[in-house]
Amino acid sequence: MLKKRIIPCLDIQDGRTVKGINFEGIRDAGDPIELAKRYVDEGADELVFLDITATNDKRKTICSLVEKIAAEITIPFTVGGGISSLEDAQAVILSGADKVSINSAAIRRPELIQEISNRFGKQCVVVAVDIKQIDDEWFVFSNGGKRATGIKALDWCQKIADFGAGEILLTSMNNDGTKAGFALEITHQISQLVSIPVIASGGAGSIQDFEQLFTQTGASAGLAASIFHYREINLQTLKNELKTSQIPIR
Amino acid sequence: MIALIDYGAGNIRSVQNALARLGVESKLTNDAQELQQADKVIFPGVGEASFAMNQLQEQQLDRLIPNLQQPVLGICLGMQLLCNYSEEGSTKTLGIFDTTVKEFEPKLNVPHTGWNSCKLTSSSLFQGIKSSDDFYFVHSFYAEICDATSATCDYIQPFSAALQKDNFYGVQFHPEKSAEIGTKLIQNFLEL
Repeated sequence: MLKKRIIPCLDIQDGRTVKGINFEGIRDAGDPIELAKRYVDEGADELVFLDITATNDKRKTICSLVEKIAAEITIPFTVGGGISSLEDAQAVILSGADKVSINSAAIRRPELIQEISNRFGKQCVVVAVDIKQIDDEWFVFSNGGKRATGIKALDWCQKIADFGAGEILLTSMNNDGTKAGFALEITHQISQLVSIPVIASGGAGSIQDFEQLFTQTGASAGLAASIFHYREINLQTLKNELKTSQIPIR
Repeated sequence: MIALIDYGAGNIRSVQNALARLGVESKLTNDAQELQQADKVIFPGVGEASFAMNQLQEQQLDRLIPNLQQPVLGICLGMQLLCNYSEEGSTKTLGIFDTTVKEFEPKLNVPHTGWNSCKLTSSSLFQGIKSSDDFYFVHSFYAEICDATSATCDYIQPFSAALQKDNFYGVQFHPEKSAEIGTKLIQNFLEL
């Protein structure tokens, strides 16, 4: 049976993890490779590296990091953050990333999804979608959640799937950082609408939140950053408890 | 020496990385002599079947591969190209495994993406690996079950997760991305 995936997300700046703190057994908490290896040992199913570097030689820095990650990590990983062209995507993929995640660039020019998908296969293309509920409607936001696009979440997700995306990484801005649980209803609606996997993100604060995600929505995976970084939830414990609750988990 | 067939398709770096982690040297090559003289040959592949077959034909690898004598491991598209025919691009493929590669009906999410377990036979490729262990899959096409099937997986329907005939082995999943279980399988292949 296909398992539900648990995906830790690492924020990267200038080749270092941003939220890295003192992990037991990790020599250097800022080293993304040390942290990534730790997550792999604890049973992470995939990893996402989100590069938030804003410098000119960003591509060079991230590609050299991706090469090092690829040499060490034995599970699939996605790289995102500022990928805005086929050339950016190609550089990251040829450095060894299994998938790229694109966001604002896809909103500006949805054909980019198609271009990466045609060149490297749809399994390489994750489209990240940041959504916010205003009154009763969910809307898409771009530029790291700063810019309202006026596009409805369901319309955009359908379009992404039609353009050849392999997966949707859905982040609810209303839930992000609250630790009060995932946005279950909209996650479910989108997972029912499209026939590609949906990775839910934003709001994970407890084991029960993941349990609800996997029992009440069609999400294929749950992503979280700080709860794993700060060891509020241990990956192994999380996976064991989900297994006990009869959720298919590796 | 382990040879990786270089036919300009897919991300083969991850296979090379996996071998390097095991301390095994490998060479990416399309040279007939090098391929014939290698101890083992790995036929990796991510991409589209008809494009990949064209690449193989251009480099005359389509005639060389079926005549290799040492253990050969096809991974993902590499495995599919060792079958008779693929619905992807209506492509006649290398014909080692007597089966057809078909497209999943989208009754569930396609591509089949993530970790799934397989029913394994007693192939030496699976030594030390259990049917409850999970491998990482990502594919939209599958090989039908046939006499050469050495492991099955069930997603949308049962299909060949692994194939084996004579010195030819194929796996639909990505051992190079399947954590310690995948590493074990690669080790088993290297020890054949």
